[in-house]
Amino acid sequence: MDEEQPPGIVLTEAQKKKRRERSIAIAIALGILVVLFFAVTLVKGPAVLNRPL
Amino acid sequence: MSIVDNHSLALPPRISEAGVGDYIALLKPRVMSLVVFTALVGLMIAPGHVHPVLAITSILCIAVGAGASGALNMWYDADIDALMSRTSNRPVPTGRVTPQEALTFGLILSFFSVVTLGILVNWVAGALLAFTIFFYAVVYTMWLKRWTAQNIVIGGAAGALPPVVAWAAATGSLSVEPILLFLIIFFWTPPHFWALALFRSGDYARAGVPMLPVVAGPDATRLQILLYTIVLVAVAASPWALGYFDAVYGVSSLVLGGWMLMLAINVYRRREGAPALRAARQLFGFSLVYLFALFAILLLEVVVAAVLAQFG
Repeated sequence: MDEEQPPGIVLTEAQKKKRRERSIAIAIALGILVVLFFAVTLVKGPAVLNRPL
Repeated sequence: MSIVDNHSLALPPRISEAGVGDYIALLKPRVMSLVVFTALVGLMIAPGHVHPVLAITSILCIAVGAGASGALNMWYDADIDALMSRTSNRPVPTGRVTPQEALTFGLILSFFSVVTLGILVNWVAGALLAFTIFFYAVVYTMWLKRWTAQNIVIGGAAGALPPVVAWAAATGSLSVEPILLFLIIFFWTPPHFWALALFRSGDYARAGVPMLPVVAGPDATRLQILLYTIVLVAVAASPWALGYFDAVYGVSSLVLGGWMLMLAINVYRRREGAPALRAARQLFGFSLVYLFALFAILLLEVVVAAVLAQFG
């Protein structure tokens, strides 16, 4: 068991940079969604989610 | 252990190098800009007051829904996109984004755009947006595009729906005015895309897409462009003739329509060589200006009326 473990997947710097960019974009999109729901709740009141189909 | 396990072990893991720009490209931003503009007009001409937050929410959801259908289109059409010079640099055919990533991206955005519009604005608009995405991604992309030369005629309905969705977002119902806007975009689509297809027919033939110039030939396409343009000019003037929009719109639509018709006649008459290609390019370019100008006049009238009401 003293054999060294294989390093697994090692990301290149370019891959890390792209992943970071994608993560930030997802965070911004989710942030916008949260702000949108919050703003509409302020506009329409808490009954925004209690509506007839 | 099964063969599948061995197979999956044999494949090297794929690490995505797709950037944010590649995902934005999946949304077809240029198409999205026209969708946003026509939807904005649909929202603004609707009767009654729409709260700015709800207006922004509606336009955002419609834009994201349009982008989602663009991503689904690029997922499904990657094989033919790779064969056409206009589309070969898209993220999926170049391998920057995998088909699975494009599909997942399109489905997630479709879901969130429809549900957000439904919950925050109203479900008539949400259902119409869902129908628009379905029509573009399934009816047009998966069915009509590779099957019939009428692909962009029927499929054009998807591109014509955004102002209807926006009107529904503002009013919770439908009326004659958004249907007239729908008809204008619907009859604008064939001359616009067939003009493009006239100078890109080699691309479509190589990809096996049965666009009208490939299937029926350029002369039959020129005749169809002319006929559809005549109908378009009449349909674009009809909201004025029926008394829904005023004379400023009516006269503008006739002037712009006359110009569009002149270019369509030019396409019909010039059938050989460079002049024929130039005529098709001119019509394609002007058709974009035509639609933008027509909707801009409607928007301008609403803004002017609001300003006059405020200060008059």
